[in-house]
Amino acid sequence: MRLEPRPSSSGAAKILWPAGAILATVVFSSVLVMIAGASPFTVFWLVIKGAAGSQFALLETLTRATPLIFTGLAVAVAFRAKLWNIGAEAQLYLGAVMTVVIGTGAVTLPSAGLIPLIMIAAMLTGALTLLGPAILKTKFGVDEVVTTLLLNFIVLLFVSMLLEGPLKDPMGMGWPQSKRVIADAQLPRLIKGKRLHFGFILAIASAIVVWVIMKKTTLGYEMRAVGHNAEAARFAGIPVNRVIAKTALLSGGLAALAGFSEVAGLKGNLTLDLSPGYGYTGIVVAMLAMLNPLGVIAAAIFVAGIFVGADAMSRSANVPSYIAEVMVATSLLTMVAAIMLMRYRVRWR
Amino acid sequence: MNVSEAFEILFTASFWVAAIRIASPLIFATMGELICERAGVLNLGIEGIMVAGAFSGWFTVYMGGDLWTGVFVAALTGAMFGLLHGFLTVPLGLSQHVTGIGITLLAASLTYFTYRILLPEVSSPPKIEPFQPFAVPLLSDIPVIGPALFNQTPLTYLAYFTVAAVAFIFYRTPVGVAVRAVGENPAAVEAQGISVTAVRIGAVMAGSALMAVGGAFLTMSAFNSFFFEMINGRGWIAIALVVFGSWRPGKALIGAILFAAFDAYQVRLQQITGGVIPYQIFLMMPFVLSIVALVVVARRATYPKALMVPYQKGER
Repeated sequence: MRLEPRPSSSGAAKILWPAGAILATVVFSSVLVMIAGASPFTVFWLVIKGAAGSQFALLETLTRATPLIFTGLAVAVAFRAKLWNIGAEAQLYLGAVMTVVIGTGAVTLPSAGLIPLIMIAAMLTGALTLLGPAILKTKFGVDEVVTTLLLNFIVLLFVSMLLEGPLKDPMGMGWPQSKRVIADAQLPRLIKGKRLHFGFILAIASAIVVWVIMKKTTLGYEMRAVGHNAEAARFAGIPVNRVIAKTALLSGGLAALAGFSEVAGLKGNLTLDLSPGYGYTGIVVAMLAMLNPLGVIAAAIFVAGIFVGADAMSRSANVPSYIAEVMVATSLLTMVAAIMLMRYRVRWR
Repeated sequence: MNVSEAFEILFTASFWVAAIRIASPLIFATMGELICERAGVLNLGIEGIMVAGAFSGWFTVYMGGDLWTGVFVAALTGAMFGLLHGFLTVPLGLSQHVTGIGITLLAASLTYFTYRILLPEVSSPPKIEPFQPFAVPLLSDIPVIGPALFNQTPLTYLAYFTVAAVAFIFYRTPVGVAVRAVGENPAAVEAQGISVTAVRIGAVMAGSALMAVGGAFLTMSAFNSFFFEMINGRGWIAIALVVFGSWRPGKALIGAILFAAFDAYQVRLQQITGGVIPYQIFLMMPFVLSIVALVVVARRATYPKALMVPYQKGER
């Protein structure tokens, strides 16, 4: 078999292939649900109800989507320039570290000054975390996939060391956790008494800013050119290495905001389970969004809905909540295949 | 801490026994990744495939299967994920990075889901009777290196054999020539009437099978039960070792053993330094070392020319 580019993707193909991808994901997970001994209809209904069936469920989904929007944006920006940042997890954690370093009382300012200060510091930390692998890539030719992956492990151990050492909360009953950030460093809740916080608004705003950068600025144009064909971009006079470095700074900064917003908006302190793999899930979010910054919002809410819904479902039906991870991974694979088939026609000989 | 004490560790048999034991799963995984990459396909599914292999092999034995049947089931599981990765990246030409991460997420989550379904009630992981060390007569009597190399479990011997087999197949058989050629110049292979797609998918399946056996080593030889997170980045380290070994089986083997020796050494150093240095520093060292090694070799690394380049028949 071979692939031929379609002259132009028809409107029907643009809907049918992605719909087919979602259908394939649902069918595959239905089989797993049946193996687990439950009825797919009941289970999917419970997942949908758990994700969007009540005000509580909906707010919980948006709360869970917040870090995923940030990491999804981080990945979308980087992948657009073909900078394979698989290290959003590390950047997220170091952003969170900076948040507690400044936010637990080291600096006292009114919250209108303190919060932006922490945000900028956290973004810088994440940005520099990815700048390292980007420089190793451009100066030494070291593959950034491996370095960013390995950095995830190094950073997590580093955070563990901080939480058992300098950042340890003396009142934490011996648990490896940081002190709580002071009131002025906390992001306000959007609705009194609910968990959804201002980080969600920041995430939406970030998506819009990133969209503008990608579509309307020279940097965005250069990033796309480098991602499309680095050699041609260099030939056209684009400073490829500098574009990659700028991409790394932007991507790492966005991922760090996920850590900042989780600590300052939701958890209040830093623990080793701050992120259940938001950095990796960000890759799925970015791909489902076809690397479109605004699409990241929708994709993050969709993925968050699966996680939140599956958590609720597994409490009532006897199906492990790991079904959510399986569905998310399956949707990634089926969706990238569907996007390819939308653009190319398969010719058998 | 005593410097001579730290130095003496290097001359104890138990240290080298541990080093070879730690190296064994890495050898399988590194050979597996090396086969995939020499055929032109980066396989980031490795981490998840190792999880799936670790579980499927162990579970086969837990259900009453023979140990070798477990190894076979693990290999088969790996090959199936390899088939999926190969199908998506070779004929469909999808991004090898994205697909590989997807395979890792899928293989790991499917494994955890299956574990929860098959063993819903267990609170502590059940144990199996794993492979036992087997002393090779005469060879194991050589001081220090004898017990290190020749008083190991049969799976470690299989790991040595795998390196020899991969090297032999690569450099002495037509199959090996075809695999290396599709990673360098696929158009030339197609001109010979050989299907690039078939060779690449076959290589990815074989490589993924080896990765899964690497995972199974952990549950069936190094330990005797399955834990979540037990692969703990070993797959990513194998990818670094392939680069470090310049895509050559022999060099990659040396890299794996050096790495494992370092890993075994840091554990012992941790014991004799007695908590002065935070233990996380020691645990970080293998990952830091991998990055340093990559930086050192990167300048003269010669990638397979068609690595990560999808091949379309009739295209130049």
